[in-house]
Amino acid sequence: MEKTIGNTTVNMGDDGYLVDLNEWNQEVATEIAQEEGITLTDEHWKVLEYLQNQHKKDVPLTIRNVGKSGVVDIKGFYALFPEGPLKKASRIAGIPKPVSCI
Amino acid sequence: MEVLQPVVNPQTKPDAKVKKVMIIVSKATLDNVYASFILANGARMEGIEAEMFFTFFGLEAINKKKLNDLHVATVGNPAMHIPTLLGGLPGMEAMATSMMKKEMEKLDIPPIGEFLEILVASGVKIWACKLAMDMFHLKKEDLIEDLEGVLTVGDFYNRAHGEGTQLLFI
Repeated sequence: MEKTIGNTTVNMGDDGYLVDLNEWNQEVATEIAQEEGITLTDEHWKVLEYLQNQHKKDVPLTIRNVGKSGVVDIKGFYALFPEGPLKKASRIAGIPKPVSCI
Repeated sequence: MEVLQPVVNPQTKPDAKVKKVMIIVSKATLDNVYASFILANGARMEGIEAEMFFTFFGLEAINKKKLNDLHVATVGNPAMHIPTLLGGLPGMEAMATSMMKKEMEKLDIPPIGEFLEILVASGVKIWACKLAMDMFHLKKEDLIEDLEGVLTVGDFYNRAHGEGTQLLFI
């Protein structure tokens, strides 16, 4: 499904996640974050960048990994992206929905 | 032949979501404790509130001296596919436990102590059962520092008020 966000047209899956990370940009992220009720700050951007890098390296994302990343601790991660941090942050970062249970 | 229709609770709303899970942990075999931890953590990852109530043998999972030494039960566990007589041999439990811990680590599932820290950091509330503590002669100091408090069953139920709360017994 095509969706126009600001000046960008992106392909979004039925689950609400971007299909192609290459279509992602900061404007897209800001808009998706707003849908999730989040206003992005420097702290958020650092986490998003970390998640994208992990995704590019094919590392499965887990809460534990994020907590050990040195970018943010688990408590901070929940504070930045309340109510489902890994799912919300992945959606804003333009990477696929996490499949991990932990 | 009469066909039974599923019973629909008239009070259940079709769009009613789970808002809070309250997990009662009454056993301390490694598999049961992991199941409860993964359920609690998974709830938080979905934006669902989670509280855990440790009672009876479950208290071992939050006992500072015991929590890193939980075992898989090899006797009386048909799914292990180890004959009961062999399961009771010395070293069998240790072997099964070590195998399970290795598999868990491969899946990035943390050891019990670290997992508890993750749960607390994620906003899971950890409670201990007063009656079970009295029974096992445990003091608050014996349990993890992150313990939210000690509750009676009644206190615990009182925390379950509100729509969308589910109680799970493990």
